[in-house]
Amino acid sequence: MSGSQPPVEAFVRLDHVTLDYPHEGETVRAIEDVSLTARQGEFVVVAGPSGCGKTTLLKSLAGLLLPTAGTVVVGDMPVRGPQKIVGMAFQNPIMLPWRNILDNVLLPLEIVTPHRERFRRDRAAYMAQAQELLASVGLEGFGERDPWQVSGGQQQRASLCRALIHHPDLLLLDEPFGALDAFTREELWQVLQALWMKRQFTVFLVTHDLREALFLADTVYVMSTRPGHLVYRTTVTLPRPRSLEDTFSAAFTEAYHEVRRRIGEVMAR
Amino acid sequence: MSRHGRWAELLPPTVVILAAIVLWELVVIVFRVPEFVLPGPMAVWAALQKWRAAIWFNAEQTLYTTLVGFALAVVGGMGLGLAVGYSTLVYRALYPLLIGFNSVPKAAIVPVLVIWFGIGTIPAILTAFLISFFPIVVNVSTGLATLEPELQDVLRSLGASKREIFLKVGIPRSLPYFFASLKVSVTLAFVGAVISETVAANRGIGYMMLAASSRFEVPLVFAGLVVVALMGVALFAAFAVIERRLTGWAYRGQSITG
Repeated sequence: MSGSQPPVEAFVRLDHVTLDYPHEGETVRAIEDVSLTARQGEFVVVAGPSGCGKTTLLKSLAGLLLPTAGTVVVGDMPVRGPQKIVGMAFQNPIMLPWRNILDNVLLPLEIVTPHRERFRRDRAAYMAQAQELLASVGLEGFGERDPWQVSGGQQQRASLCRALIHHPDLLLLDEPFGALDAFTREELWQVLQALWMKRQFTVFLVTHDLREALFLADTVYVMSTRPGHLVYRTTVTLPRPRSLEDTFSAAFTEAYHEVRRRIGEVMAR
Repeated sequence: MSRHGRWAELLPPTVVILAAIVLWELVVIVFRVPEFVLPGPMAVWAALQKWRAAIWFNAEQTLYTTLVGFALAVVGGMGLGLAVGYSTLVYRALYPLLIGFNSVPKAAIVPVLVIWFGIGTIPAILTAFLISFFPIVVNVSTGLATLEPELQDVLRSLGASKREIFLKVGIPRSLPYFFASLKVSVTLAFVGAVISETVAANRGIGYMMLAASSRFEVPLVFAGLVVVALMGVALFAAFAVIERRLTGWAYRGQSITG
């Protein structure tokens, strides 16, 4: 590991986390001895080749998978199961096809306390919040449409809204832009950056797109092939908000080459 | 869908049905098939006119036993399907029994039902129920079992309980499977009711056809077949319409191109 030292007050902490899971009768080690910390409001990106356990790392933060060894701490609490302060979005938008866009975005409020108790009573207020959120990602007036009536990029925007509607402190993004065309992807980077700057939540994003990683991140970790462990850490100090033009600057290119070189080393092993 | 599109959709089946009727009549005329072997459509039509009152009286009974048996199958099949889909334990425990049960020819069960309940309405209802029950169970439980893990992850990551996942995702997701099975089941229920009436009844289309054939009233037998077929198509169509109304989201591909 190189780069600057981890910050002191940690909002997310992984301590020597190893995670095995059973697969076709064998035990597969997905991640091994992963330790990292992130402060409140930090934008963390984990980059690495596919199948390296990035998704497993996110799922352990979400509490969907529990570590075989080590501890995961989010907020002040060790993670022992799914938790309400987390919002998650996946590579597929995974809209429920029988609900329109607005009702898909509202879904977490029907499940997460304390919103679920208030949902019926304050439905109008919650709907207004959802409309506002949809507008902020460029989906104004799309709430009444059914998921299959909008494009993949628009579904992914809605998926982002669904992950944020209950004001989670931690946003987990599993290659959310991986299936989109390059232009839509770049636009959504900016949408995400704007939302993050406004709301100040902590983000863990996994991706294999290094330009995406460096554009969005405060801190980039490079993960090795399976069993995944962290092999490199770097911080990106470019000022915010970053523009697409910044990704062609000399500093950006240099950082890009360095991360790319580390990934190359990991792949060659 | 436009008016024009609807007519264009109805045209091919109408042409095929008319052509089949014409072919049938031609075969009967050209080969001089005697009426007690195969009556032509004209003769069947005449029988329908002549025996209108008797046909209606018996069709009513068949419709009644079919629908009661089918209603029982919907309630029981949905309930058991949800239970089987909800719990892998219930699934593993019940499936072999269900499959074995479904393999038994329902015609073979009717005599047993007659011993228990006598002839008439009850064995017909029960046979209709038994024969239409299985597809509903299988479809509902399949709908639940094939729930995408990603869909569950979306809710699990929010801390949803198994019950909540079942209510918010499982049941809506299995509804298209449920309605698809209703179309199949309602026609099967007819088969069950008619089988039972043929063996043990004194009223119903099945009974009427048996009585007619023992008197060599072959046109009336065929009239009975036509009535059963028409009722089956009507019920199938009714459930197809309900299905479209309630689970249109599962059919978007067809509504765009079709």
